[in-house]
Amino acid sequence: MAERGEPLFLARDSYRQRRLADAARLLPVLGVVLLLLPGFITITVDAIIYIFSVWAALIVAIGLMSRHLARRGPLDDADNALGDDGER
Amino acid sequence: MSFDLLALVCASYVIGLFAIAFWADKRAEAGQSSWLNSPLIYTLSLSIYCTAWTFYGAVGYAARSGMEFVTIYLGPTLVMVGWWLLLRRLVRIGRTQRITSIADLISSRYGKSNLIGVLVTLLAVVGTMPYIALQLQSVTLSFDVFSANPGEGLNQTAFVVAAGLAAFTILFGTRNLDMNARHHGVVIAIAVEAVVKLVALLAVGIFVVFILAGGPGSMMDVISASPIAEQSIRPERWTVLIALSAMAFICLPRMFQVMVVENYDERHLATASWAFPLYLFLMSLFVVPIAAIGLNVLPDEANPDLFVLTVPLEFDRDALALLAFLGGFSSATSMVIVAAIAVSTMVSNHVVMPIWLSQRQGGATVSGDVRSVVTLSRRLSIAGLLALGYLYYVFSGGGGALAAIGLIAFTGMAQVMPALVGAIFWRGATRYGAAAGITVGFTVWLWSSFLPSFGAGGIISADVFENGPFGIGMLRPQALFGIDGLDPLVHAVFWSLLLNTFAFCLVSLLTLPTPLERLQGATFVNVFRYSENAPGWTGGAAEAEDLLMMSQRILGGREAQDLFISEAQSQGKEGYLPDVTPAFLERLEREMAGSVGGATAHAMLMQITGGEAVSVEDLIKVADEAQQILEYSSQLEAKSAELGRTADQLQQANEKLVALSVQKDGFLSQISHELRTPMTSIRSFSEILMQGENMSSGERQRYSQIIHDEAIRLTRLLDDLLDLSVLENGQVTLNERSEMLDAILDRAIAATATPEQYIEIQREPPMEAVPLFTDGDRLAQVFINLISNAGKYCDAEEPKLQIEVHMLDGRRVVDFIDNGTGVPPDVQKVMFEKFARGTDHRAAGGAGLGLAICREVMKRLGGDVIYLPDREGSAFRVVLPEARQAAA
Repeated sequence: MAERGEPLFLARDSYRQRRLADAARLLPVLGVVLLLLPGFITITVDAIIYIFSVWAALIVAIGLMSRHLARRGPLDDADNALGDDGER
Repeated sequence: MSFDLLALVCASYVIGLFAIAFWADKRAEAGQSSWLNSPLIYTLSLSIYCTAWTFYGAVGYAARSGMEFVTIYLGPTLVMVGWWLLLRRLVRIGRTQRITSIADLISSRYGKSNLIGVLVTLLAVVGTMPYIALQLQSVTLSFDVFSANPGEGLNQTAFVVAAGLAAFTILFGTRNLDMNARHHGVVIAIAVEAVVKLVALLAVGIFVVFILAGGPGSMMDVISASPIAEQSIRPERWTVLIALSAMAFICLPRMFQVMVVENYDERHLATASWAFPLYLFLMSLFVVPIAAIGLNVLPDEANPDLFVLTVPLEFDRDALALLAFLGGFSSATSMVIVAAIAVSTMVSNHVVMPIWLSQRQGGATVSGDVRSVVTLSRRLSIAGLLALGYLYYVFSGGGGALAAIGLIAFTGMAQVMPALVGAIFWRGATRYGAAAGITVGFTVWLWSSFLPSFGAGGIISADVFENGPFGIGMLRPQALFGIDGLDPLVHAVFWSLLLNTFAFCLVSLLTLPTPLERLQGATFVNVFRYSENAPGWTGGAAEAEDLLMMSQRILGGREAQDLFISEAQSQGKEGYLPDVTPAFLERLEREMAGSVGGATAHAMLMQITGGEAVSVEDLIKVADEAQQILEYSSQLEAKSAELGRTADQLQQANEKLVALSVQKDGFLSQISHELRTPMTSIRSFSEILMQGENMSSGERQRYSQIIHDEAIRLTRLLDDLLDLSVLENGQVTLNERSEMLDAILDRAIAATATPEQYIEIQREPPMEAVPLFTDGDRLAQVFINLISNAGKYCDAEEPKLQIEVHMLDGRRVVDFIDNGTGVPPDVQKVMFEKFARGTDHRAAGGAGLGLAICREVMKRLGGDVIYLPDREGSAFRVVLPEARQAAA
């Protein structure tokens, strides 16, 4: 039972870290979806602008995530053992 | 600009690269390699993905097919963005298993099978060959642009370039045998070349956009007006190309080399995950503008593949053109060098070494340095590979657009992908499955992509193209199974990968893995759970000396001895020969795998140890993943429960200790008090005796009597204490024999019959005739104590003591009940404790140890003594020992 005023999560940091890893796994899926779309853009110049914008956004997103993912120790899965709340 | 000047610049550039590589190697040897191992260098070394095909070909590609060229960069971008999913695993596996090449990875995973290694190597050689030809072609064409007589001496130029590259690669690529020692010189040269090609392409791009077109806005107008704008994206090709380039990025031998084998710190991946896509982004930013301007300003017959060079030349920017030339040259050379190193390692480890080993009688145990053999085979492989590339260039007639050749090579190497993905995600993948998948994919690729690349009438005749081999329409190279009308590339990729994956999965499902395969499968798939190697050796038969002899020949004398000595030290042994433990064999195998590849190292150790490599225990250890997790968590649970229990026990023990300490303090103060009282009177009366010279004899007699009595009391106290301590420590020896209860009672009553403590005793003789087997004297001691207590404490006018013997719950008990007022309730609780005493006034002779002794004695005898609170007077019940009754 958490005392009033204390955080509900005892391992908030590692929980966040695991969710960040989840996000890093999902990002390429999002990237695939976004980058398959230009097949349906008919105007070449529009396609060029669209592709390069998505590309730049992906670079920024993974850059931000990777910085945090690699900040602690070795690049292991934080979910090797069962997590604080039994979640993986 | 003259051709000679170009050759001179080119030569000095190459010499510069040699110098940088040489310097980096020296720095690394001197141990000053910290910045050589930075994430930046790692990212730049990945740029060998961008070959001359990228540098020149992308512009040509854009001129012909619009935006499609960008798929070649989007695939790798997606792979890097998804690094947490795949590359992270790959790099960790590569590092823990000391993987030397992609063939080594696949073969190690599938039970260190050399067959798989050979298949992947074959694929790599055949797939790399057109790629090297492509580089030679692009360098040759770019030279030709500057040539006074265009179109002449192309083959000679190609030959000179191939020979020069072979020399550079041999010089820096085979300096150190241990692949994990990394090729600092080569890596740094590649990084420099990466910068050169990026700067060159950006320079041309900026020139085109800001000087020729007059800014990004008007550039867009130029693009919209150019033929490029008419090239719409074809969704099926778009999708297939992204997938293909993503797979190739992982599977190409040279990419695997820089990404996994040359990786120094897996955290570099985190930097490369955004930095490398950024590099690709910059590399492709100006491709379309250059193509559009090129199409605009150059004549129609100009080769779009050379726009990067010809556009600056058209506007007489010789310096820019020279920079562009160096960029293209860099792209080509760095790719060829790394590809040659990667493929030659495969050829040497998976083809030459196994053959050499099996050719020699006695195999691994023969004497002589293997290292020279390995080095030689690597050097020959490099030369051979470049020769093959040159021949491909000559025979394909330099034909076909650059991009087309590149895509053929991509499709070839992508055939490794199903086996690779299976290797690191599916424990059920077997070596037969991998072999079947790769073989099927390879065959389909040869037939539908590689052989047709020589053109109709090249190797495959035009008739076969039209009607299929032997008139079998189903097998037409570009319309397999009668499905017509697909783009040839989409067709080849689709069928080869589909059939490859199908064969891989089906055969894997139908076949059984060997024990070693299951072990490696578990290790690869769960690389983050057990980062250490799964143990693979049962040890035993091998002699440390044999092992040392063999490893000296592979690792080199000093290195091998250092390894053995450090192992011996860690085992706590003197000298340089460690015990041949499974752990040591494993370490040795890993070290050797760094030099000759996993399969060969394993085979050599097998020859010496001769032992089965996998024990049942090892298998059980990795038998079931779910089981493992369960076991792990239940172990954790058990451990924490155990810790909890221990903590509880500790707390209890602590409380007990505290209580004991309090008790001990109480006991000590009590005993000092008890001893002090008689001592005080002895001392004072003996002082009186000493000073009383005029003392009457009567007085002297009386005082001496007091001293005597007090001394007796002291002695009795000490005797009781001694008795109790003996009893409590369990040191007492019982003198057990058969005796009658009434006899013991008689003795006890006789011993207590003193006139001053008279008490009338009522007995029931018939009930007392009970035979006992016990220590009669000790039992009598208890009875004496109880009877004399009754005498001392019974406060009735006519004290009476009732002694009753009866059976209770199958136990014989003796009750001692007097007619007094009984023991007050607060005393009842503590009277069996030491120094507990009833009302002090009549306790002349007791020290309060009597009942404590009684209880101890009865416990020793196997019975008990308790107080019965519900009687009128004091009532003590002695429960007689059970076993003794039965024995009697």
